[in-house]
Amino acid sequence: MPGWITNYVNDPRQLTPGQYGSPFWALVYILVVFGGVSLAVVCMNWLERKILAHMQVRLGPMRVGPHGLLQPIADALKLILKEDIVPEGADSFVFLLAPVIILLAVFSVYCVIPFGPTHAITDMNIGILFMLGVSSLGVLGIVMAGWASNSHYPLIGALRSSAQMVSYEIAMGLAVVSAVLMTSLNDSGTGTLSMIDIVKAQNEQHIWFVFKFFPLGLIAFFIFAVAMVAETNRAPFDLPEAESELTAGFHTEYSGLRWSLFMLGEYAAMIAVSSIAITLWLGGWMRPFPNALSGPTWALAFSLFPALTFFGLAGMTFYSTMRMPKHTFFRIQTMGLGAFGAVLALVGLILLIPPVRDRVQDVYWFVAKIAVFLYLYIWYRGTFPRYRFDQLMKVGWKVLLPMGIGVLMLTGIVGLRTEIWGFLQRLVHV
Amino acid sequence: MTDPTTSVSHLDLEESKRTFLDANELVINMGPQHPATHGVLRVILRLDGEKVMGLECVIGYLHRGVEKIAEHRTYTMFNPYVDRMDYVAAVSNGLGYCEAVEKLLNIEAPPRANYIRVILTELNRIASHQLWLGTHALDIGAMTPLFYTFRDREEILKIFEKYCGARLTTHAFRIGGCQYETYEGFEKDVRKFLTFVAPKIDEYEELLTTNRIWVERTKNVGTISAKDCIALGVTGPVLRASGVKWDLRKAQPYANYKLFEFDIPTGQNGDTYDRYLVRMAEMRQSLRIIQQAVDGIPEGPIMAKVSKVIKPAVGEIYHSIEAPKGELGYYIVSDGSTQPYRVRVRPPSFVNLQALDLMCRGQLVADVIAVIGTLDIVLGEVDR
Repeated sequence: MPGWITNYVNDPRQLTPGQYGSPFWALVYILVVFGGVSLAVVCMNWLERKILAHMQVRLGPMRVGPHGLLQPIADALKLILKEDIVPEGADSFVFLLAPVIILLAVFSVYCVIPFGPTHAITDMNIGILFMLGVSSLGVLGIVMAGWASNSHYPLIGALRSSAQMVSYEIAMGLAVVSAVLMTSLNDSGTGTLSMIDIVKAQNEQHIWFVFKFFPLGLIAFFIFAVAMVAETNRAPFDLPEAESELTAGFHTEYSGLRWSLFMLGEYAAMIAVSSIAITLWLGGWMRPFPNALSGPTWALAFSLFPALTFFGLAGMTFYSTMRMPKHTFFRIQTMGLGAFGAVLALVGLILLIPPVRDRVQDVYWFVAKIAVFLYLYIWYRGTFPRYRFDQLMKVGWKVLLPMGIGVLMLTGIVGLRTEIWGFLQRLVHV
Repeated sequence: MTDPTTSVSHLDLEESKRTFLDANELVINMGPQHPATHGVLRVILRLDGEKVMGLECVIGYLHRGVEKIAEHRTYTMFNPYVDRMDYVAAVSNGLGYCEAVEKLLNIEAPPRANYIRVILTELNRIASHQLWLGTHALDIGAMTPLFYTFRDREEILKIFEKYCGARLTTHAFRIGGCQYETYEGFEKDVRKFLTFVAPKIDEYEELLTTNRIWVERTKNVGTISAKDCIALGVTGPVLRASGVKWDLRKAQPYANYKLFEFDIPTGQNGDTYDRYLVRMAEMRQSLRIIQQAVDGIPEGPIMAKVSKVIKPAVGEIYHSIEAPKGELGYYIVSDGSTQPYRVRVRPPSFVNLQALDLMCRGQLVADVIAVIGTLDIVLGEVDR
């Protein structure tokens, strides 16, 4: 194998491709991440419809494929084949550009998301800053879409959206800063903005930042968790696309592929902000209970989790296969579902092989934590009514912002308590 | 509170004086094809940012000329048409019409028929309120209650289907009583429904009543005072939520409502939250009425003596009942022939809709949706 491929893999420093400077591996990572996120969005689409349906005593998609498994594919096909309408009187250049901008902003964020100690496209020393900066560019796309549509409802949707995203970014930023502040609580006293180093700092301090200085970390995490729902325009903060008021908000006039780009952007943004929350507060790629349940036995037990998850999914699939109607019409579907279960079981088996098992650990725990967040997103949508615009602003500016400032200050004071104490003592002694 | 007689006119909307300060006033058109206007209501909103400066309802997209049709049908033939007005409370419509014609003919339905009428009408009231709750919550952004209420409304529709074969436009009653005797197991089904639905109503309340977002979205939204309600002729739960204890079932008992014990739930503030609470309480009161009716249903005939050809004497009659949405009145003029000379319907939705402008002024766009939902209008009834 050529040296420029193997050199990176064998490099002892364990760097991300971006840091190592290998364009080839960076490209591979980009393709994997892009493909993975798109696939996750497709899965999320199906899961959301299914989970929401079961929360609402209905079945959800059941027709295309067994249990509607092929529904996302059918939807994607439909959207691609649909006519791409540009309304009369719309500024067509801006109109066509808007979804691309949103998508670009969202996917740029994935450059620095660490799925594992080396599994990131690159690691920047300003990682979290880059993330916040780039993700807020999405507002631009929304405003462009709303304005270029030359229609009232999208315009109001876009105005709401930009106001909402801008105001929640502030609370979000404050929460992020308080987490970053915690990374500086080491011997050298220097913090970091690099996504990978933030997780490593949690590893060194033997605590997830959500539990650090209880309840300060928890409050900061809560602020971020609320702000990120508002950031991504999801229920209960889905005013920009409030169906009952503004039909579909800023993307009312879009159709076909461009509409699906908005959807892709929205779901990708959900995954992106969840990743930020996980990296900052929930220990990134680290497995749960590394302190309480340490030792080689527990390490082995936790390393079996990826395989067990796939076996569980395969088991569910086989159970559903057995329960499929016994009718010749469903024969192909039943066989397909069985085959899908077999594939899942096979993946589970592969994940049992020790070298594979050790390598997928990090990614598995990161993705599992994302999955929890996405489930919460769906749960919110099934439970909460929608906030009104003024109430939303009130929550952002009058509740979350003061809370954020308070948490930031308290984190600083608690973090420097020994120094402050020493300073006070010296004052007394002098 | 502004004077209830003022309203926005077409002129007002088109010639808004654009000074420098209110140059950003926006006129937007909501409906007739809009997810939250409950059918084909069209609302022209004049907005200052998100604030509603005034609005005007444009109705008539579902006008079918029901009242005119009546003039060319016999009294019996017109009966099914009334079901198509408020189609989510078709049984109530039928009851009002049948009782009006009975009054005109000077006959009375036998007691057993009255019991059946009360049971079905109250079931229908619950069904109507459930549909209101589901769509109202959906408008405010809570998706799930819709599916819960539709799941439980299904049980009511099943009883209707078993009783008369139709689920929505039931045509359950005839002039002079009921055409059908109850089916085998009717009482058992109704009793089963009563025990089934009581905990379900608690379930809806669990999702909404103390939900912070729900309370914030509905408290002090679309407030209307009792005085304005009376001035505008608003009736039903909207009036009662403003603190007026007015329920035709108690005030002018019809059918055999005077035999049953029930309370009239009222609110104090006349806001959307109070209207929500009043309707939830009304569902429970309906359960009470049905329970008493099922327990006391007598044996006997279900049809009064009515001649095959209905030919009332020359005269006129106004009869009104408490439909789920408010006072539903029928004014029938007879010229002594087999066909009514004129039928005029006083639909509660149409009258209540007048209050929309008053309730929405100064509120936000999102509140317009909440208020349309809380008025519980059915466009089939508004337009007729």
